[in-house]
This record gives sequence, C-alpha cells and structure tokens, in this order.
Amino acid sequence: MTVKHSLVVIGNGMVGQHFLANAVVCANKDDFKITTFCEEPRPAYDRVHLSEFFSGKTAADLALADDNFFTGNGINIHLGDKAVSIDRANKTVTSALGVTVVYDKLILATGSYPFVPPVPGHERKNCLVYRTIEDLEAIAAAAKTGKVGVVVGGGLLGLEAAKALKDLGLETHVVEFAPRLMAVQLDEGGGAMLRHKIEALGVKVHTGKNTTQIIDGEHCVNKMCFADGEELETDIILFSAGIRPRDDIARACGLDVGPRGGIVINNQCQTSDPDIYAIGECALWNGMIFGLVAPGYTMARAVVSHLAGEQASFTGADMSTKLKLMGVDVASIGDAHAKSQGAMVYTYQNGAAEVYKRLVVSRDKKKLLGAVLVGEVSGYGTLLQYCLNGIDLPAYPDSLILPHRSDESVGLGPDALPMSAQICSCYDISKGAVCAAIEAGCATINELKAETKACTGCGGCAALLKSVLDCELTKLGVEVNTDICEHFLYTRQDLYNLIMVGQIKTFDELLDKHGKGRGCDICKPAVGSILASYWNEYVLSDEHLGLQDTNDTFLANMQKDGTYSVVPRITGGEISPDMLIALGQVGKKYKLYTKITGGQRVDLFGARVDQLPYIWKELIDAGFESGHAYGKSLRTVKSCVGSTWCRYGIDDSVGLAIELENRYKGLRSPHKLKFAVSGCTRECAEAQGKDVGVIATENGWSLYVCGNGGMKPRHADLFATGLDKAMLIKYIDRFLIFYVRTAARLQRTSVWMENMEGGLDYLKAVVIDDKLGICSQLEEQMEHIIDTYQCEWKTTIYDDTKLKRFRHFINSDQPDDNVVFVEERGQIRPADDDERKHFKLMEVA
Amino acid sequence: MPQWINVCRMDDLQPDSGVCALVQGQQIAIFHMVKDNAVYAIHNYDPIGKANVLSRGMIGDIKGEPVVASPLYKQHFSLLSGICLEDGSVSVAAYPARVENGFVAVQIAPAPVSTTCAKEGVSA
Ligand code: SRM
Ligand SMILES: Cc1cc2nc3c(=O)[nH]c(=O)nc-3n(C[C@H](O)[C@H](O)[C@H](O)COP(=O)(O)OP(=O)(O)OC[C@H]3O[C@@H](n4cnc5c(N)ncnc54)[C@H](O)[C@@H]3O)c2cc1C
Ligand code: SF4
Ligand code: FES
Repeated sequence: MTVKHSLVVIGNGMVGQHFLANAVVCANKDDFKITTFCEEPRPAYDRVHLSEFFSGKTAADLALADDNFFTGNGINIHLGDKAVSIDRANKTVTSALGVTVVYDKLILATGSYPFVPPVPGHERKNCLVYRTIEDLEAIAAAAKTGKVGVVVGGGLLGLEAAKALKDLGLETHVVEFAPRLMAVQLDEGGGAMLRHKIEALGVKVHTGKNTTQIIDGEHCVNKMCFADGEELETDIILFSAGIRPRDDIARACGLDVGPRGGIVINNQCQTSDPDIYAIGECALWNGMIFGLVAPGYTMARAVVSHLAGEQASFTGADMSTKLKLMGVDVASIGDAHAKSQGAMVYTYQNGAAEVYKRLVVSRDKKKLLGAVLVGEVSGYGTLLQYCLNGIDLPAYPDSLILPHRSDESVGLGPDALPMSAQICSCYDISKGAVCAAIEAGCATINELKAETKACTGCGGCAALLKSVLDCELTKLGVEVNTDICEHFLYTRQDLYNLIMVGQIKTFDELLDKHGKGRGCDICKPAVGSILASYWNEYVLSDEHLGLQDTNDTFLANMQKDGTYSVVPRITGGEISPDMLIALGQVGKKYKLYTKITGGQRVDLFGARVDQLPYIWKELIDAGFESGHAYGKSLRTVKSCVGSTWCRYGIDDSVGLAIELENRYKGLRSPHKLKFAVSGCTRECAEAQGKDVGVIATENGWSLYVCGNGGMKPRHADLFATGLDKAMLIKYIDRFLIFYVRTAARLQRTSVWMENMEGGLDYLKAVVIDDKLGICSQLEEQMEHIIDTYQCEWKTTIYDDTKLKRFRHFINSDQPDDNVVFVEERGQIRPADDDERKHFKLMEVA
Repeated sequence: MPQWINVCRMDDLQPDSGVCALVQGQQIAIFHMVKDNAVYAIHNYDPIGKANVLSRGMIGDIKGEPVVASPLYKQHFSLLSGICLEDGSVSVAAYPARVENGFVAVQIAPAPVSTTCAKEGVSA
C-alpha cells in the first residue's frame, strides 16, 4: 500500500475552493490526503456575487461547494480556524486553535484584504469594508440607523459598493483620490462619461479628493475632512481603496515576497520553496497581483496539473473586463491607456446618447491593443477576440466603434476565431473545446453548459458561445428546425401571433389558413392551449374537444390502468374540517385510494371514467372546484402558515396564496405553473423552487420567478422586492401572459427564460420597465381570463351532451373488465400482471 | 363473409375524437375524423400501455396516415392498419367501419384484419 502524501491548503476562498474541486477529480486524486484551513466561519462562497446578499441571496445560496463536498471527498476542513505559522524545516502548519498538520505540499490561497488608508479616525464607528459576508452584515446593520453613506474609492469594487448603499436607501457619495472614476481601466473620456451617468442615478461623485481625517459629525455619525478644506458628513464610510495580498504567514516563514507585498511565484505557481505554492490574490507573478477570479482559477488548475507531474504553467492573464456598474455598461480591454510603443488611438464620443468608445491600435493599424467602452458595450466580444488572438483589423479600424448604418455588418464571425481562442474566461474554455462538445452532440446552450461548464460563471460569454454554437451547427448541416410539427411550419409563438392577429377562434380555421393535413397530438393540444389562454372558452365545447389531451378531455388524470385520479382544488392548502370530511366521504363511498400530494392537496385515485361525473357532482355540491391537475395550467399555490399563526411570520402568506390561486386558476399555459408564498425568509413554502414564488419581508413582498423542481431543479431568480400587493399582482399578471404568449410548447418558465435573449434582465425590462410597451395589453388579457373563468367540472356535470362521453362503452353500461384492484395497506391499487391471473375482479362502488 | 354490425348512432360519436363500443364481447375504439368525413375502428386495447384506453387518445395524421396517439405513452397507431408507427412489430386489430342511415357499423371478422375504412355517408 502506498502512503498518501499530505496536501495542505491554507485559505478556503474562491481560488482555494477551485483548487480543491479540481484536485478531487484529477487522475492522481487518490495519492493525496487533503487538509484545508478556513479562517472564515463558513466554507468558500461566491465573492463575485457577494452584492446579491443584499438582494436576498443567503450565505447558503452563495456557497461554492455542496454540503457533502468535504466529507464526500475525504477532505479535512478546519472551519473558523486560521493557520498562523509554517515550519518549513519540519514541514508543518500550525493553526490558531492549536492544530498542527504535517504537509508534503502546501498551497497558500490566502487571498487579499481591503486596503484601508491610515487616515486618522479610520477605525471609528461605521468605518467598514466590503469583502466578506460578515462585512455585508455589518453594513446592513449600520444602514438601519444611518442616512448617508460614503464609499472611499471609485474603482470597480467601490462603484459596486456604492450601488449597494444606494439600494439600502442611503444618500450615497463616492470619494475618489484620482481625478476620475475607474482610473485603472478607463481613460479620461471614459471616466468622465461614466461619472456623468452615475451622477444621473443620484450618486454624488467627488474626484481628486484626499481625506485627511475622520472626526465626529454634527448631523451624522462621522465627518470626513479633505485636504482642500471641504468636509462631508456621513453615517457610514466604506473603504474600497484597493486590495493588499495576505502574505504575512509567507513572510514570517521566510518565503520571498514582493517589495509592495505578494508572495512571489514562478510559472508553476511555486514560491521560493518548491514544496509551497501560492495561488489567487495572494500571489505575485511577474510583478503583478491579479484581482480577479479567472486568473486565480487558472493558477489553481496549473498547480493541480503540476502536482500530477504534468507540464503546466501559468503565463499571465487577460485583465479585460465588461460589467454593468449601477446599470451602466462599461468595458475595458487590454492596453486601455495606450501605453504601448507607438500606439494609435481612435475615439468616438456621442454626448446625446452618452456613449464613449476608444480603440488603441498598433502603429501599422493592423492589430488591436486595447479598447474602452462606456454606455454601449455590444462590441466587447468581437473586440476582445481581435485583441487576444491578434486577428488583423479591417482596413478602417474605426468602423468597429462607429455606429453602423443599416445592414452592414462589422461583427467578427465566430468562424474567424482560431480554435485556441478563449470563449469563456471564467472556466478557460477554448473555441476548440466548445466545437468538440458540439461535434459530440451538444445542440443547445444548456447542453454546452452542462458539458463544458462554459458560461456557468459570470455569464458574460453567453452571446459569444451562442454564436459559436449556431455557426458550428450550420457547418455540421444541422438545420435548426423550430417548426412545431409537420402540420404547421411555425413555432408556438408564431401560432400565438397568428391567432391573435387573425382573431382566429378554432383549430380548423387555423389549419385551413396556415397549416396542412389533419393535425396531430403535438399541434392540437398546443393550439388548444393557445386558444384557451386567448379566448378562454369552455375546453370541451365541440370545436375544442378534439384538441384536448386525454386528461383534459376527461378533466382528470389517466392512471396506468386506464382509471383516473380526482384532484379538487384546495387553494393555498387551506381546508376546513368539514371539507376534509366531505372529501373523505367521497373517497370512502367510491372506494378510492386517497393520498396527500406533493402540492398540498388530496388526490383520489382509481375512479373509472363512468364514475367521474358522480364523484365530481358530490364534490361540487360540497363546495369544491376543479383542481386542474390535468391541465397545462396553474396547479397549486403552496403556502406556509405565515403570520396568522407562525411566531416568525411577517405577512399573511396563506391569504395571499389563496388570492393568487383564485386569480390564476384555470389559466392555460405552455406548461404547468406552480406558485408558492412564504411568510418569511425561512421559506417553509419553498417559493424559490416555483415558477412564481413570493416571500414576505419587512419591506413588502419579494417576487421570485422561473424556478422549478422536477428533473432539473432550478432556483427561482429574484425579480423584484419591496412590492405591495397591487404591484405584485401587476407584475405576475404581466409575467404570466408574456410567458403564455412567447414560450415554446411544453417549456417551463425556467427554460423559457434561459433561452430568452437577454434573459432575466430582458424579462425585467419587459415586465417592470414596459420596454415593449405591451404591459397594459398583458394586463387586459389577464383580466379577460379572470373574468371568464369557469369551473370546467361544474359546466360539464350540468351538460347532458357532455356527460354522454363519461361511460366506458358508448353502447353498454358495463365497466371495463380489465380494471382490477387489489388491496394494500387498507386501500386499493391496480393489480399487477401476476395478480391479474389469480384475482378476480373486485367489486367496486 | 363477416357481418356489418350496427354499433351506435352517428351522433353518439365525438367530433375529431373517439368512443369505445362493446361489440360481441370486444372493446372497439371508434373515431370520427371530421375533416376526412370518415369513421375508423380499431381495438381499444393498448398493447404497450396494457390498458383499454386507445379510444381516449388524440387523433390526427402523420405524413398523411390517419393515426391515434395512445393516451398512456403516446405511441401512434395507424387507424387504417392498426400498426404502431414507432414499432412495426406491434399492432392492434383494425376493422372496416361505415355509417349508414345514421348508424355506425363495424365489420368484425374472426379472421384476418382488414385495412379498409369507410369514407361515405358520414355527413348524414
Ligand atoms: C400527484 C402528484 C404526486 C403525489 O402524489 O404527490 C404528481 C403526479 C404527477 N406528476 Fe408531478 N405530481 C405531483 C407533484 C409534483 C411536484 C411537487 C410540487 O408541485 O410541489 C413536482 C416538482 C415541482 C415542479 O413541477 O417544479 C412535480 C414534477 C413533475 C414533473 C417534472 C416537471 C419538470 O418541469 O421537470 C412531471 C413531468 C411533466 O410535467 O412533464 C410531473 C408529472 C406528473 C404526472 C402528471 C405524470 C403523468 O403524466 O402521469 C403525475 C400525474 C398526477 C395524477 O395522475 O394525478 N410532475 N410533480 C403531485 C400532484 C400535486 C398536485 O396537488 O397537483
Ligand atoms: C464585492 C466583490 C465583487 C467582486 N467582483 C468580481 C468580479 O466581478 N469579477 C472578478 O473576477 N472578481 C471579482 N471580485 C474579486 C474576487 O472575489 C477575488 O478575485 C477572489 O475572491 C480571489 O480569490 P482568493 O481565493 O484568492 O481570495 P479569497 O476569496 O479572499 O479567499 C481567501 C480566503 O483565505 C482565508 N485566509 C486568509 N488567510 C488565512 C489563513 N492564514 N488561514 C486560513 N484562512 C485564511 C480568507 O479568510 C479567505 O476566506 C470581487 C470581490 C468582491 C469583494
Ligand atoms: S416561512 Fe416563515 S412564516 Fe412561514 S411557516 Fe416558515 S417560519 Fe413561519
Ligand atoms: S466568461 Fe464568465 S462564464 Fe464564461
């Protein structure tokens, strides 16, 4: 048996975790026993999306590893324990809690800390930083009593912090020492445009300001005094003045560090001691610290390869960035400041549209060296590829930033990219890797994501990935056919529009005008659903009957033996004892199998088709309605008990759930819809796993959309917060009808949104900002549907012509002799094949 | 010669949908395809789902062939031949059917399955 080597990782931050995740799947994973020290009270989380903590994400949402990652992979994690010393002679690490571990190889992934300029008073109350979950908790607490907040530092992070303060409702200022914002990335013109845009959002920007001291304020907790004599009163001060590598533990054991900090590493990420590596923001490579995750991830993978004996190296990283700061698009590529020898510059500025673009090109105008984009960044992907891959520029490079006329295309087709071009920088996925996955069968973005991990980080590469996919598919001769079926050469969305524009009321009319043949089980229910969600007529009327799937035809769900289940609506899961008794009596009388569903209601199984109207008559008399368990329509609105009873409840989740369920019941949709409402963020109703989820907060309702359980569970996205009921309902109305109008057949809201160009942001623009100017139309359509709601069962049991159908035989009263039940745990169930041979038909009802 | 057996009245049928009739102890699914002005009859037993449900499936056509989709697992059966389009080795019996004087009749042969269907007289 071989002795395992001991691998110790100090720091379980983003990069440390990326190292672990790669180490446990590498070829020689079994050679190592891994230990990691994690100073923070929780394992690694997504710092990049830290700000989402303020918009409702929890520490658990941000976690990078799932619960059993450490135990499952045999990794010993020392949570909340800081490594304090390294003994290189004996090769041990000792922690603050007194744990000593021997290492064969040691990895330092200690990250960095926010630099706080040593101005007098910097340790006063409410002087905070923005790096950890604890920091954010402290900010949130301070914001509760404060009114004014100042961010010191107008860089990337500073502006993100400013947005957070603004969202917390504070009067927000940004104080920057340099003469412009984002001095590292932007040139003067870009900085000025950005400033203008950010001030328009109500954030006050002060540049060229040197803080000399912080003292007691008169109206606020603090007062900042500047070198130019000016003063600024504020309750909260957030320092975001850059980061410093955490290298003290390396320094103390004699490893080489840079003159301005940072643990010196070579191309293999080894420090001056070859058994010790450093990765992430604590590492100094070629005189540079990389303050972004992607380079850290590349270092982590390089070390994993190196430990496996492979020749891998870290050779620097591109620091280009594209982001949305407070809603303003900003991008910077390569040598933005034109520092290269002989660089030439093109600038385009459009004051009216608030767009600023700058290209930095080589002296011969052949290569792109850098670029700055503010206000309009759609060219980012193309420009980045020109820059990274040294692609020859077009004859007039400025055509790349000038607004283009009509249909001339200046984009760089994905075909022009070499196979080595990096498509996704978060996961370092090349065009070659993407093409290989496509050749191996990936035909959708989601499949590519699952197969290659591309586009699963920041998502910034989505557009590029899609264009590579489309281009490759076309080359492979795959025609991307979106026709719904052979009878209609249209998508579901096309059909919706045809019906809407042509005011078409029946399938036959649509088929005559726009289709061919007789239709099939694909197009008929799809059209049936569209007609229902547009006109909302009785689904079993003669002209619609044939369009309904069997479950809709019999208003019940067919089970494996041809019998049906009966699911009455129990809005919000609330049911009185009398209603429960009524249900029990019906179940008993018709000898039905009864079960509580996963949707907070009761299902009665084993009803023969001829029994359905009798059963429903009794249920309706008792006050029940159809639960639409058979339809592609609203199923349930689950609720938690909420403020009425729960000691934590903030609002009446049951009341709202009932109201929502009654509002949207009967709405036909491309796929089923599930809602839930929770009374507080403990989320007992699991609203974040639903198409529409609502959670009560102190500030009003938070709305989540596009989640689901099922085969591929997806957490819902936070859509809007602080809503009152009227606004909440408006948003849901619009969201639902927009989904009904535009989704593909059998597309759940999650898939619909993920396939939508622009995704969540676009959806918000349509539903919240009314970007398409259709919101009032959407609301009207919903009103129409609500006004014309009918309980289909009620209509059916009073219509003799419809009841004719509810017999097994059209010409006989005999039941189906193939339906055989046996008893199990005191209730019926369908007999299996063996039992059928031995048991006789059990007497039912 | 197999007999034509009257099964039900024309207005017992459901437009563009199916019903099941009991004919000499057999469960027969009968469909009314309005566009073709035709009625079709096949056995009601779904050999894949193993239940008497075919009459409750949706009808339509695949490349011109009139079919019913099983309500259980959605395989298509030809209304002309009874053959399963997804798996040619599976089939159900298909019967000639017609409408005369407002009555729907099927021809049940103990012997080989016929593949004809009736196209006349449905409008009555
Ligand atoms: C009865 C029930 C199981 C139970 O005994 O608890 C059930 C039963 C069925 N589910 Fe379900 N699902 C039931 C709750 C759920 C839940 C839980 C929930 O709603 O909170 C889920 C996960 C949540 C979700 O949908 O996001 C669930 C995810 C599915 C899926 C996967 C959907 C997806 O997007 O991946 C299917 C398949 C489908 O719809 O294509 C499905 C399909 C079905 C079908 C319709 C399968 C079928 O075609 O026969 C079952 C028929 C129901 C019947 O005959 O009455 N059922 N199903 C539950 C009925 C709830 C109700 O009161 O209406
Ligand atoms: C608000 C915010 C937004 C950001 N946005 C982006 C972005 O959009 N794009 C981007 O690329 N980057 C972004 N970053 C930067 C990114 O988060 C960092 O580059 C990344 O976290 C670096 O990873 P790391 O593992 O090196 O350091 P960290 O994630 O800081 O991890 C280091 C960990 O080591 C622990 N540690 C330190 N010393 C010890 C010790 N002696 N013993 C035990 N544990 C120790 C620390 O407590 C910490 O948990 C953002 C950062 C913040 C704060
Ligand atoms: S979500 Fe909150 S209010 Fe609802 S039951 Fe759970 S703890 Fe109570
Ligand atoms: S570049 Fe961030 S996910 Fe691909």
